Amino acid sequence: MSAKLTIAPILFHWPEDQKLDFYARIADEAAVDTVYLGEVICSKRTPFFENHYDEVATRLKKAGKTVVFSTLSEVMIKRDRKIVEGFCELVDSGEEIEVNDASALWHISGKPHRLGSLMNVYNEETLKYLVSKGATHISLPAELPRQSIKHMCKEAANLNVPVEVQIFGRMSLALSARCYHARAHGRIKDNCQFVCEEDPDGMDLKTLTGNPFLSINGIQTLSNNYLNLAGEVHDMVDMGVTHLRISPHTNDMVETMRAFDALIKKEIDAEEAIARIKQSGIVAPFANGFYHGQAGYKWAS
Amino acid sequence: MTQKLTRPELVCPAGTPAALRTAVDAGADAVYCGFQNATNARNFPGLNFTYDEMESSIAYAHERGTKVLLATNTFPPAGKFDLWKQAVDMGAKFGIDAFIVADIGVAHYVAQRHPDVRLHLSVQAAASSVEAINYYCREFGVARVVLPRILTVKEIKEIKNDIPCEIETFIFGNHGLMVEGRCSLTNYITGLSTNMDGVCSPAGQVKYEEDSKGNMFTKLNDFTIDCFSCGENAGYPTICKGRYLAEPRKDEPYYAFEEPISLNLSSLLPDLMAVGVSALKIEGRQRSRAYVQKVVSSFSRAIDDIIAGQNPDIPSLIALTEGHKETQGAFKSKTWR
Repeated sequence: MSAKLTIAPILFHWPEDQKLDFYARIADEAAVDTVYLGEVICSKRTPFFENHYDEVATRLKKAGKTVVFSTLSEVMIKRDRKIVEGFCELVDSGEEIEVNDASALWHISGKPHRLGSLMNVYNEETLKYLVSKGATHISLPAELPRQSIKHMCKEAANLNVPVEVQIFGRMSLALSARCYHARAHGRIKDNCQFVCEEDPDGMDLKTLTGNPFLSINGIQTLSNNYLNLAGEVHDMVDMGVTHLRISPHTNDMVETMRAFDALIKKEIDAEEAIARIKQSGIVAPFANGFYHGQAGYKWAS
Repeated sequence: MTQKLTRPELVCPAGTPAALRTAVDAGADAVYCGFQNATNARNFPGLNFTYDEMESSIAYAHERGTKVLLATNTFPPAGKFDLWKQAVDMGAKFGIDAFIVADIGVAHYVAQRHPDVRLHLSVQAAASSVEAINYYCREFGVARVVLPRILTVKEIKEIKNDIPCEIETFIFGNHGLMVEGRCSLTNYITGLSTNMDGVCSPAGQVKYEEDSKGNMFTKLNDFTIDCFSCGENAGYPTICKGRYLAEPRKDEPYYAFEEPISLNLSSLLPDLMAVGVSALKIEGRQRSRAYVQKVVSSFSRAIDDIIAGQNPDIPSLIALTEGHKETQGAFKSKTWR
């Protein structure tokens, strides 16, 4: 048994050229099977890249990648709702869609779709129900511990549904209606002036004693520590995890993917993979606590 | 006010059987409560009901015409679903008036097994759009949605016109900053999950540490959440109400998410009733009987006044609020965001 590598949607507000360069490199160099596209955090950012999805998707497909469009995670105002509806309509022209909130389920239920990690699918019963309504693939929530991942794999195997787990990148910890990037700059969401663009890996939030703690990405709060499940990859594959998800950051992502790819193929061990990923340009510590049923920031080696 | 208003249900918290009786006696139309385990989102030490207590408390409430709503509103992690089934089955057996659920699997179980019992969609389900709410109504026959505390009254009105179910909104109490049901901050630093264990900033991992200068640091596990100088009252270290450092603030401590503050919508009650909100909810299952008595009786009278066409006279509830500060949060204006 082996597993496939996937690239999660870019969570941060990168300039369009940076995104285009990133996907060009993924198409040309990266050892990944599937690429998720789409703005999942803030609908205000959508206009900056929406005209590029066609060309990026075409290029990735030509390079042999599976392309999936991922929907907005917090849907509230008219603009959010229209965008989600638009993405869900793509399923009728043969595209694959990953849903991240119940409003997308309203549109797409009964048609094939993937369940994103920002959907709260925590258990077998929820999975079974959603598969009966067209779900074909599940990406598990970040905080699910090993024991529950194992149960989910068992049920997913019965249902013939692939299981995806995030193995790299800052972990999504919370969503809010308030934009904390704007707030840090003394603004509000409506006049944010896209200050989130200044922090391509998130804005550091430290405790009063100077301890790096969280990372702000607009309405999203992420972990300071980077998830790295290199040491757990083989265990997961043995349990039946089929897809391993990498969340994009500004470190050398192609090198990160090569390290994970070599690890999956057992060409290198976890220790070497971790060292190579560290050297690819990551300053924050690694974490794997959630997997081991501990506080998420912890690193249990 | 010329419009004819329907009296909304006042939905009140009950963390213990004693608090339930207090809420019933103070004029609650409905109380909400949970069992002593991870099946509800206020799984705090010393709170909630045994099966026996639930059965007798429901009897007490029903004898006085008050409904009892059972919160089974956490997300069962795979492998542990049976505990939620058991909670739902026991609630149905005791004659609960509605289940409050968030998880799709639990909603489906209730709809299949107990189709005659009303289903309310918990705030933990984070259904903040017409389509999301309609999804739960279509799939599981949800009769009422508890809206996330992120919408303005105007937006609530627009939603009301396009959904087939009742709306319940919070009017008083804790003012959670993150979208509920979508927050793992507590799990990130404590190893206990809000979604799976019903825990938020657990007391067992709270520490108060004083330095040599008399500054009091409040901590959750190993992380400092706030610091109070001499003379300041040290608040409870809730992660989203702490002070932190960030570069745009030149590393001056600031409330990165929100300051310690409580929601109080007493002045918006007429507006909420005018847009057709069916139920008004008071937060605070973890709060004292005195809190329940005072808040419930005040809001019950205020609703009566509004229905009678009078200006509601709500005594200041500020002494009961967190940090002794109050806000109308997202409800008044989009500028909150």
